[in-house]
Amino acid sequence: MKKFLLPLIGFAVLVVFLAIGLNRNPRDVPSPLVGKPAPDFKVPQLGDPSKSFSPADMKGKVWLFNVWASWCVSCRQEHPVLVAFAKQGGVPIIGLNYKDAAADGKKWLVDFGDPYQLSAFDSDGRVGINYGVYGVPETYIIDKQGVIRMKHTGPITPDSLKDEILPLVAELSK
Amino acid sequence: MKRWLVIVFALLLSLGAIAKDAAPLAEDPVLEARLMAISEELRCLVCQNESLAGSRADLALDLRREIRTMIRDGKTDKEILDFMVGRYGDFVRYRPPVKPTTWLLWVGPFLLLGGGVAAMLMFLRRRTKQPLAGPLSDEERHRAEALLANSSSKDNRS
Repeated sequence: MKKFLLPLIGFAVLVVFLAIGLNRNPRDVPSPLVGKPAPDFKVPQLGDPSKSFSPADMKGKVWLFNVWASWCVSCRQEHPVLVAFAKQGGVPIIGLNYKDAAADGKKWLVDFGDPYQLSAFDSDGRVGINYGVYGVPETYIIDKQGVIRMKHTGPITPDSLKDEILPLVAELSK
Repeated sequence: MKRWLVIVFALLLSLGAIAKDAAPLAEDPVLEARLMAISEELRCLVCQNESLAGSRADLALDLRREIRTMIRDGKTDKEILDFMVGRYGDFVRYRPPVKPTTWLLWVGPFLLLGGGVAAMLMFLRRRTKQPLAGPLSDEERHRAEALLANSSSKDNRS
């Protein structure tokens, strides 16, 4: 019996490590920007290029910053969740139309609905780089002081909205 | 007929004159070499097993453009690396820095190797300590003979 104890312990440790490893999402790279002020930028708005948008405009509000593009397939999966969220009211969503053609972006919002208060237009992806965007869609929760409190990579699902985003938004809005 | 062939052949030969020189890969080979050296060290976030130098992902193109601009602006390698890590985290580096959260990563393989060597030494020492088999006792010899007789009789049958 004692002979098997050591290999058994070794096996159990291995199983625990593999179980943890297999249940993690390798696409989910922790962002070093969480807890830091949202990088500043100033770009034109998608709807009206004569107006610009800067994160400073949102000071004093909790808001969601959602990176999307008309060429992004997962964004279509995410979009109805955002539209429903926007209908409920709550916090404003600002879009970042990332590396898109303005006409395509606008058409997309007409076709699928526009949950955004406005969409900033990042044609060359520079804003995206400053936010560490590597896979659209991505969503940032930014607090009243303009600090990034959470980054969600990939489409927001009803579950992740309910379990991760809404509780944090409620806490930050207090 | 023959004349036609000659004309066609001459036209084919002249195609080379129309072809343009291949565009140079880089305007500034020194800059490009530095860009490659830096981006070999960086991971492409989109195709995570590719380096930034080797990836053709859209984001990799953008990031190489960004690094190229920074090199032109006279930024040091460290500043460029800090720029990337500040946005994408340590994950972007192929050589993670040595710090408390990565100690296990750096030391782990050596710990495993050390453990393996220790276990092997213990096993070998225990084995050499075991007494060598002495001469057979009477009972053992009888059993061995019985077994041998048994197996040879089986052989005969088959």
